[in-house]
Amino acid sequence: VSYLNQFADLINITLVFATALLFGALGGIVSERSGVTNIAIEGLMTVGAFASAVATYYMEQADMPGPAPWVGLVAAAALGMAFAWIHAVASITFKADQVISGIVINFLAAGFTVYLVKLLFQGAGQTETLNAVFTKWAIPGLSAIPFFGRAVFTAYPTTYIAMILVFVVYYVLFRTPFGLRLRSVGEHPSAAATAGIRVLRVRYIAVLLSGALAGLGGATITLTTTSNFSHNSISGQGFIALAAVIFGKWNPLGALGATLFFGFAQALNNWIQLFSWSRSIPQEFIFMLPYVLTILVLAGAVGKARMPSALGEPYDPGKR
Amino acid sequence: MGKLLKWIGSDSAVVSLAAILLGLVCGAIIMLAGGYNPVAAYIALFQKVFGSRYDFGETIREITPLIFTGLSVAFAFRTGLFNIGAEGQFLIGMTGATFIGVKLSGLPWIVHAPLAVIVGAVAGGLWGAIAGWLKASRGVNEVITTIMLNWIALFFSNYITSAFLLQPGQQRSYMIRDSASMSIPWLAEAFGNARLHWGTPVALLGAAVFYVILWRTKLGYELRAVGHNPHAAQYAGMNVNRRIIAAMFAAGIFAGLAGVFEVLGVFHYQTVMAGSPGYGFDGIAVALLGMNNPLGVVLGAALFGGLTYGSAGMSFGADVPPEIIRIVIGSVIFFVATQGIVRYVLLPFYRRRGKEVAKA
Repeated sequence: VSYLNQFADLINITLVFATALLFGALGGIVSERSGVTNIAIEGLMTVGAFASAVATYYMEQADMPGPAPWVGLVAAAALGMAFAWIHAVASITFKADQVISGIVINFLAAGFTVYLVKLLFQGAGQTETLNAVFTKWAIPGLSAIPFFGRAVFTAYPTTYIAMILVFVVYYVLFRTPFGLRLRSVGEHPSAAATAGIRVLRVRYIAVLLSGALAGLGGATITLTTTSNFSHNSISGQGFIALAAVIFGKWNPLGALGATLFFGFAQALNNWIQLFSWSRSIPQEFIFMLPYVLTILVLAGAVGKARMPSALGEPYDPGKR
Repeated sequence: MGKLLKWIGSDSAVVSLAAILLGLVCGAIIMLAGGYNPVAAYIALFQKVFGSRYDFGETIREITPLIFTGLSVAFAFRTGLFNIGAEGQFLIGMTGATFIGVKLSGLPWIVHAPLAVIVGAVAGGLWGAIAGWLKASRGVNEVITTIMLNWIALFFSNYITSAFLLQPGQQRSYMIRDSASMSIPWLAEAFGNARLHWGTPVALLGAAVFYVILWRTKLGYELRAVGHNPHAAQYAGMNVNRRIIAAMFAAGIFAGLAGVFEVLGVFHYQTVMAGSPGYGFDGIAVALLGMNNPLGVVLGAALFGGLTYGSAGMSFGADVPPEIIRIVIGSVIFFVATQGIVRYVLLPFYRRRGKEVAKA
């Protein structure tokens, strides 16, 4: 029974790690499906983590610990959108190279957040440790099921939100007119424009949505894992999310699978350290796994991926 | 035709300068908003860079790897490739040099040091060539593969360091042997023991080699042709795939050299790193600002290296968090990338100039 419980705990930790990645990956999918490359996910998650930490901290100071983490989530989505807007202005309106624009966001996010943290917290390199972070919710009834209750139905609220969002994003992308428009501007913007779709506007909406989603991903890390924000809170999770976008073939359900897998690799890495035999395995190779898999997927060694046709191309109405 | 090129050149130089100014202005606005004095901060930055011989020497030390990584990104750009992987190539080059520097012994300097440089450079080159090969043979976009290879390089370097080179009880490798050192002790002494090394002249030489290869050889012509239009290059009988791999190999050598000299010239050991040092990413900024031209890269590296090193002075001299300089650098790249905004800002000046020309 204790083995079973340990395995349930492993799945539970997997969900914690996967949630942040899942938000980031959903953001990446929405943006890239509309034809805008988004390697800024890392930076957008960084500002999200920062905004949620600061908002939650001030709510605590105002003696409102109950709604504090929820305000943190909203702040994260808002600041994520603000930074995504910079990406949109540069890469959609001014037709800057989308990769460069994404790098700029990552640069700005890293500088801006640490600068403000030092400004707000008297020169400290990280925010104060938060107390009013999320606690795990046990779903009444379901959490009493043996094994599954412990593994799946006792999780942070962000995990439930992310899981619901997977299906929402899937439904919107593939079952609504807006989703069809969004995908069409990512596949063939000129044809979409001919059909009366306002390409630039749809892309703007997509990029802003991706900022909000990635911001939530960053907030998840602050409010469920680290309980504060520092310069290395995100440290590459945004790029793993990007890897999950590709591994999941630009599909929300695929991304769910990919993030669960990457989350499992991370959780396993923490989990096996409880056992002495694990010291003989270099953990660097486990850290590498998501990145190696992404390359293998792209190289066609693990199934073929097809990216949106117009990905990375600014839309220029005057161009044939 | 020559005149036209000259005009474009000067125009883009104006845009670069305007972008730098706008970036500094953005930084100043953010400092003002934070209640800091931007003038005092920029003066402190300037004083930090030029304040003493030691600081000036250290600024040169800071600039050197940026020249290499800037050349790396620019070289790939000229062949139409976006090398975001300079960071990883840097790490692999560094690891190769550390390995040779620590593991071999009993060799004279004239053999050991160059061998460490060459092994590191080739290791970086091969790491770059992986992305080139994936692009050439499997059609995988190099942007994504190089990002992923950066992380793999980080963990792989840490693995090599901690599994084979680790000094017991430390989070770093053994020191490299003196026979592998690329420091220049007499020059360092002249600059108040700033860590000056042979990497700086090699980087400048690298900029010259960059120019000669791309504009004075058949290979360079082909590389640029592939960059302009791979289909036309293919039709003209060039082996596009092999040129792509060659370009990424060369780019990897440049970035690898940056890491090589950080170990052999500056630190003399390699740490187990929590994150990438960032020279490769800064190289992207340097290449952009330098318009992918070797002289421009050297100037861009001088600017970014100076800003980065001087930012430490801002926190001591004016109490401004040095991270502000990341915002300045980010804004500069933003304005270089979105030239539309810069041209819009410059529009009134251009109009006036146009009128003067019309009057004359």
